[in-house]
Amino acid sequence: MSAEPNVRTLTIDGEEISARSDQTILEAAREHNVDIPTLCHLEGLSEVGACRLCLVEVKGARRLLPACVTQVAEGMEVTTHNPKIDRYRTMILEMYFAERNHVCSVCVANGNCELQSLSLKLGMTHVEIPYQYPRLPVDASHPRFTVDHNRCVLCTRCVRVCSEVEGANTWGVMGRGGQSMVITDLKQPWGDSETCTSCGKCVQVCPTGALFEKTSVGSKAHKHPEFLPYLQIMREGEKP
Amino acid sequence: MSELTTLATVWLDGCSGCHMSLLDMDERLIELSSQFRLVYSPLVDRKTFPDHVDVTLVEGAVASEDDLKKIRKIREHTHILVSLGDCALTGNVSAMRNTFGVQPVMLRVYEQNADLQKQVPTVGVPALLDRVRPVHEVVPVDVFVPGCPPSADTIYQVLSELLAGKVPTLGGVAHFG
Repeated sequence: MSAEPNVRTLTIDGEEISARSDQTILEAAREHNVDIPTLCHLEGLSEVGACRLCLVEVKGARRLLPACVTQVAEGMEVTTHNPKIDRYRTMILEMYFAERNHVCSVCVANGNCELQSLSLKLGMTHVEIPYQYPRLPVDASHPRFTVDHNRCVLCTRCVRVCSEVEGANTWGVMGRGGQSMVITDLKQPWGDSETCTSCGKCVQVCPTGALFEKTSVGSKAHKHPEFLPYLQIMREGEKP
Repeated sequence: MSELTTLATVWLDGCSGCHMSLLDMDERLIELSSQFRLVYSPLVDRKTFPDHVDVTLVEGAVASEDDLKKIRKIREHTHILVSLGDCALTGNVSAMRNTFGVQPVMLRVYEQNADLQKQVPTVGVPALLDRVRPVHEVVPVDVFVPGCPPSADTIYQVLSELLAGKVPTLGGVAHFG
């Protein structure tokens, strides 16, 4: 079988590009250095389309589509930036800030946070949506790591890396809508978890200060999610 | 003198860090002082807010009845109102009490954790609002300057642009924290 990959031709922001038929708009765009902001996406993990920051306009579609889970198609005309898209993205970002208690100045991830960098990147200076100020727990029962739900954006990177890469399935999501929370095992304290291997992958992929290592806060809290693609390449090589 | 742009700075519920950052402009303050006249501020002695101020920088969130009264008056008498720093913009640390409510916080501070004269102060201090709020939730704001505190460079940029007759936008320049 010499399956020649199917090539699709589409335009992104007026530029004609080619992409493999199994690629998403996000993959095709990034391959051609077109910048689309993302938060839940992480190289090396499956896509869930949870954060909605990668919304793009596709001609003929009645609503904006998340670029990370929309496959390219022949003749597709994609717009990645215009006033409407920018307004939606800023609004989504504001919702993240308003939903929980992201107090950047006293956060362990201040200066190393993807949510914070996104606000700079998208030019958000303040939040118009009223802050919710929910009362949320902090679980520091694990000897090395802490989960602070005040900072969680429910991107589910921790859930995916734990399941897809570590294979431990410690992390999950419970509840619905605004009541959703990431949990360890059956909502047991992280320190009591029987499945957690303490590998720390969830901490490295967390975009905010929701998951952090107790010994590295502030300027030392830089995270290293870049191990993922390498790990996957190595594992691919081991397959028979 | 009267042709100089008038500037006021106010300090609501914040730590004064934004005012420190303002002073951190160092020698650039001298340059700016030839173009601004500081008419009301914790740094000068005037007791009442003037009838008309061109630019007012607000540090801090709106946390008490007194803050609320002040900010409404300031808005009324200010041409361009600048929210300076995260407390004014987001509530920041000041607003961390919002998840608990006023009464439990007061009891915690003045009774449970006090050794002497356990009592919640009521005389000579303004009543706290149920919720600490960002300035723009209470009155319209013209310029938003994020940062805890905003850097001296950022404040200098804001003041310079205002003097040049522009309304600065800090999008892509400064962020929270």
